[in-house]
Amino acid sequence: MHLKYESTLREPLVDGVKDYHQVTEDIISPIEGKPGKLWYVGFFISLTLLGFGAFSVFWQIYFGVGVWNLNKTIGWGWDITNFVWWVGIGHAGTLISAILLLFRQGWRTGVNRAAEAMTIFAVMCAGQFPIIHMGRVWMAFFILPYPNTRGPVWVNFNSPLLWDVFAISTYFTVSLLFWYSGLLPDFATVRDRAKTKLRKLLYGVAAFGWTGSTKHWQRHEALSLVLAGLSTPLVLSVHTIVSFDFATSVIPGWHTTIFPPYFVAGAIFSGFAMVQTLLIITRKVLHLEEYITLGHMEAMNKVIVLTGSVVGCAYLTELFMAWYGANPYEFATFFKYRAAGPLGWSYWIMMTCNVITPQVFWFRKMRRNVMVTFVMSIIVNIGMWFERFVIICTSLYRDYLPSSWAYYRPSWPEVGFYMGTFGLFFTCFFLFAKYFPVIAVAEIKAVLKTSGENYKEKMEVYEEESAEKFAHDVAHAH
Amino acid sequence: MAVKKFVVGLFDDEAVLFPAVKKVRTAGYKLHDVYTPFPVHGLDHAMGLRETSLHTAGFIYGITGTTTALSFMSWVFNVDWPLNIGGKPHFPLPAFIPITFELTVLFAAVGMVMTFCYLCQLMPGVKKHIFHPRQTDDKFVMVIELTEKTNAEEVKSFLAAAGAQDINEQKAEAGWWFGRYDKDDEPYLRKIQTANA
Repeated sequence: MHLKYESTLREPLVDGVKDYHQVTEDIISPIEGKPGKLWYVGFFISLTLLGFGAFSVFWQIYFGVGVWNLNKTIGWGWDITNFVWWVGIGHAGTLISAILLLFRQGWRTGVNRAAEAMTIFAVMCAGQFPIIHMGRVWMAFFILPYPNTRGPVWVNFNSPLLWDVFAISTYFTVSLLFWYSGLLPDFATVRDRAKTKLRKLLYGVAAFGWTGSTKHWQRHEALSLVLAGLSTPLVLSVHTIVSFDFATSVIPGWHTTIFPPYFVAGAIFSGFAMVQTLLIITRKVLHLEEYITLGHMEAMNKVIVLTGSVVGCAYLTELFMAWYGANPYEFATFFKYRAAGPLGWSYWIMMTCNVITPQVFWFRKMRRNVMVTFVMSIIVNIGMWFERFVIICTSLYRDYLPSSWAYYRPSWPEVGFYMGTFGLFFTCFFLFAKYFPVIAVAEIKAVLKTSGENYKEKMEVYEEESAEKFAHDVAHAH
Repeated sequence: MAVKKFVVGLFDDEAVLFPAVKKVRTAGYKLHDVYTPFPVHGLDHAMGLRETSLHTAGFIYGITGTTTALSFMSWVFNVDWPLNIGGKPHFPLPAFIPITFELTVLFAAVGMVMTFCYLCQLMPGVKKHIFHPRQTDDKFVMVIELTEKTNAEEVKSFLAAAGAQDINEQKAEAGWWFGRYDKDDEPYLRKIQTANA
């Protein structure tokens, strides 16, 4: 008898008739076959975007940061908007892999691998922006506290911008370790069933010599649990620190205490939307509908409507405080230049995409509709991009001195740079989808006998027996 | 390590594996290991393995990170280059918290993963004997080490009675070596041949 029993009322996490071998077969065989036509098309589009991005960055480095349309009033534009947007997207991956692990949410097993991969690629994209926007990129190493011949003059540890350096680099490192340690057993699975020599060699190197020994699994479980425990406060701290970049300044519109929770909720909101976008395509292309089920999408849509509403409350709180705080500058920022004024349109795009449209997910039918979810996931990410744009630009473009008021629209290298990070993100994701097990094979097997559809049918025997008998049987199972 | 003789049995189902582990232990055979495609909860206890202390290592790495961050930043601001930044104190503890926290997490995570790899002998280029190619797919592979006192045939029939399938005898290196998975290892094979001779 299996130790863990799960009520038949709960939806199965794996549909169809599966045994352990079938799970391996379903998830690993796309790695062994040739990719389809669509994969090549998508991959080359991504590579083109990446190339264009590289050219835009080259242009900016060669001619200087003046090729961007930033000016003395608006010193942060698309660069920091994109940075915050990409970092935010990363947060969903860690939330799924770490926080849902601590909360023992079984449905995370179907989506965590791809979501963590998304985290790593998104943070890679995010990291480019603060580095390139320094202007003299070759001086970027000045942000590191290393002993130097200039005194040594150290970095300012009181600065939120430096906290960001530590937060983002730690976040990237820990996410990568967490992701890769989970990948080891699955790489070993690919290695042991490999037919070609090259595959055996490469996955043999990638699997680090994993065998599946019980002692190793015991340590692996301990490691995953502690890494999850570490990642949980880490992910909250990262976007908190990103929000400190703004909140510790004295710019009306930035200087608010609500920023840390508001940013974290927004990050999870946009991250889940990106997970939906990617997984809806992945499950279709790789035929993984039985592993990434409508139930998984529904669970994620619930998170989207929750965090979307948290973000909506934050918007309203900000407006309320701008009025209630009786600071005329803050009032002007919110009511004259953010919700109205030349950039007011961006505020209303944000409001529509982030607060109004996600409310469709209060309806179960909508949460379980693939097309609606896909469209909504893109709308949410547009909205969340505009949120960062609104926060950054509408707080800056009308400052204390009317003579320096300005307007801002990006130049082509700024747009190109942003498109380039899309290229990088999707290039990495296409390679991941082709060469990596996109679903955590070992973790699916661990929940298969409690949550697989064909196993759940057998649970009815236990449903009928009395609780005392069940408890007695479990206590004497071994 | 050393080349040893093993009897290998395959199990399909955890429900058969657990009683078999218990029987092997009570019979007093030397249980080398059980290889499973996924973490089977309770198997470590059934095999009598002790709890891992990896958590403790993680905690020690974590506090190392905390002290490194705090002592380094306060050394920089107070001893090495005391700089007046807007009249703020030289030991601004609240402003040190973010970096201190990040370094705690970083040290704990990196240290734990490296310790994990060291304890399990995991590294790119490391090769180990795979007793059955499906031990990372769908089979639970029980490996019993043959000592001078054990009779191979007896172990085989014992395993068969416990529900194992595809029982066979293997001579293999018990530890790890550097090698490639796409190639058979010449020196390693020679080592086995000498052991056979």
